[in-house]
Amino acid sequence: MRSQFFTDLLEAAAADPDIVFVTGDIGFGVVEEFQRRCPDQFVNAGVAEQNMTGLAAGIALAGARVFTYSIANFPTLRCLEQIRNDVAYHHADVTVVAVGGGLSYGALGMSHHATEDLAIMRAIPGLAVAAPGDAVETSAVMADLVANGGPAYLRLGKAGEPVVHHAPIQLCRGESIALRTGGDIALFSTGAILESALRAADLLAQAGVRADVRSFPWLDPLDTVAIHDAAHRYPTIVTVEEHSIIGGLGSAVAEILAEMPQSASLIRVALPPRFSSLVGDQEYLRGAHGLDPASITHRVLEQMEVNRGLACQIR
Amino acid sequence: MTSADVARAVRQHVLRMTNSGRSSHVGSALSCADLLAVLYADVLDVDPAHPDRPDRDRFIMSKGHAGAALYAVLAERGFFDARLLTQHYRNGSFLSGHVSHVGIPGVELSTGSLGHGLPVGAGLAWQARRAGQSWRTYVLLGDGECDEGSVWEAAMFAAHHRLGNLAAVVDWNGLQSMGTTEETLALEPFADKWRSFGWTVREIDGHDHAAIRTALAARDERPAVVLARTVKGKGVSFMENQVLWHYRPPDDLELAGAMSEVTR
Repeated sequence: MRSQFFTDLLEAAAADPDIVFVTGDIGFGVVEEFQRRCPDQFVNAGVAEQNMTGLAAGIALAGARVFTYSIANFPTLRCLEQIRNDVAYHHADVTVVAVGGGLSYGALGMSHHATEDLAIMRAIPGLAVAAPGDAVETSAVMADLVANGGPAYLRLGKAGEPVVHHAPIQLCRGESIALRTGGDIALFSTGAILESALRAADLLAQAGVRADVRSFPWLDPLDTVAIHDAAHRYPTIVTVEEHSIIGGLGSAVAEILAEMPQSASLIRVALPPRFSSLVGDQEYLRGAHGLDPASITHRVLEQMEVNRGLACQIR
Repeated sequence: MTSADVARAVRQHVLRMTNSGRSSHVGSALSCADLLAVLYADVLDVDPAHPDRPDRDRFIMSKGHAGAALYAVLAERGFFDARLLTQHYRNGSFLSGHVSHVGIPGVELSTGSLGHGLPVGAGLAWQARRAGQSWRTYVLLGDGECDEGSVWEAAMFAAHHRLGNLAAVVDWNGLQSMGTTEETLALEPFADKWRSFGWTVREIDGHDHAAIRTALAARDERPAVVLARTVKGKGVSFMENQVLWHYRPPDDLELAGAMSEVTR
């Protein structure tokens, strides 16, 4: 995902000298080609994210188009007010890019777990929020960001995630992507957990529950039409995300369902709203927090069972 | 209109605005009235008829709490009708206590949270130079504002990139919200701090218009900061150097007394 981002950014910057890349001293080994080919469009702002983001707003207000870049929470939470006041309020053409969304940098510890970013970025008015599911979705989102600009937040995973889509896709801002048609439930995923969500759908199918699977690379704008449609079609909607259960995709879907007169029941699979002090790589931590395919499947089947029981009691 | 005329008008506006709006920061606004007057009368290349002209100089009011003074100077400079100033702080108006650009011609950046102006100013200056444009960027900071770490992040950046097209002005009245800058979080040795960060430093009397003009006319290879020694509440004897007037608005009686002083 990271490599795809840089490939697309470089291509865009080579074609448009107004594109500027500002890094917060992150990207050793990956930004050098950009720096070499577009030296006038590159700035390393140093380990100073507040300045990086205010600077980006200034560069954008003077007519350029800026991508800021750092890892985990540094380009978002560390300089949240600069994103809110300087970038979003002024509608400055800045895209804030975080690499290492979710538990990508699991073993680096709590400081590097980007697990509330979507909730917090989603709350900022006028800021588009994207969390693509693989390299192909990253490319589709980048095409939109290059064409239509910021203010935006782009959450990337790391490098070398499994590629889910086998061909390039075209996507309007705010569109979700149907990956699989099931017939029993709808399963929505955002971000790099997508491949696990698909494997969970396989396991669910083996247990007799066929899921429509949809990826949501955009959280804001959100594909409300797809959510309404699923709510009319299916009794159960599942959301899967590598993010706190507070404020991410599950919350966004819940907000929509709650305002429908009749809607599906919702099963939110996400990280518990607790800090993780557990050490482990991404795969290990996903398993430990119930986000591996087997745990997702188990949680969905169990909740569906509970829901059926409740339904019986109510009758 | 000379800068002295503008400064006098700004002080009158500010007193009336804070009185009728019951709003804070009259002392901060009076403190920087001369700096703003010289900037808008003699320094900034801006055009009220074309506030978005691409090659205009950029001015950022980073000490956004003194918004009344910025609105007043913009009105005096002709960006909008001075009668609009009566709407300051009013329900349904756009003239908020802290600077907001929405609906107000001439405002470059909305501020109010301190420490935002210099990073954005550095970005403007960096991009202007990259694009080969000759307009300049000026940022007015409060002295208490220099407690913010982001000010020094931007100071490092601007010096590292030798942004000679960026000038900061610090309204150094020595008083912040709860007391003196020195008893709150000492700034001294303030000039040495800026020098050690790689800036050209000019210390002046921030109420001496000729000195302000000279300091802002200088051109450097490096970013320059004008440390303007000012008096909080300048021009109104009972407000001068009183931390009380950081927050307190003048009542009608106080307004009358103050107006008689600033119209002299």
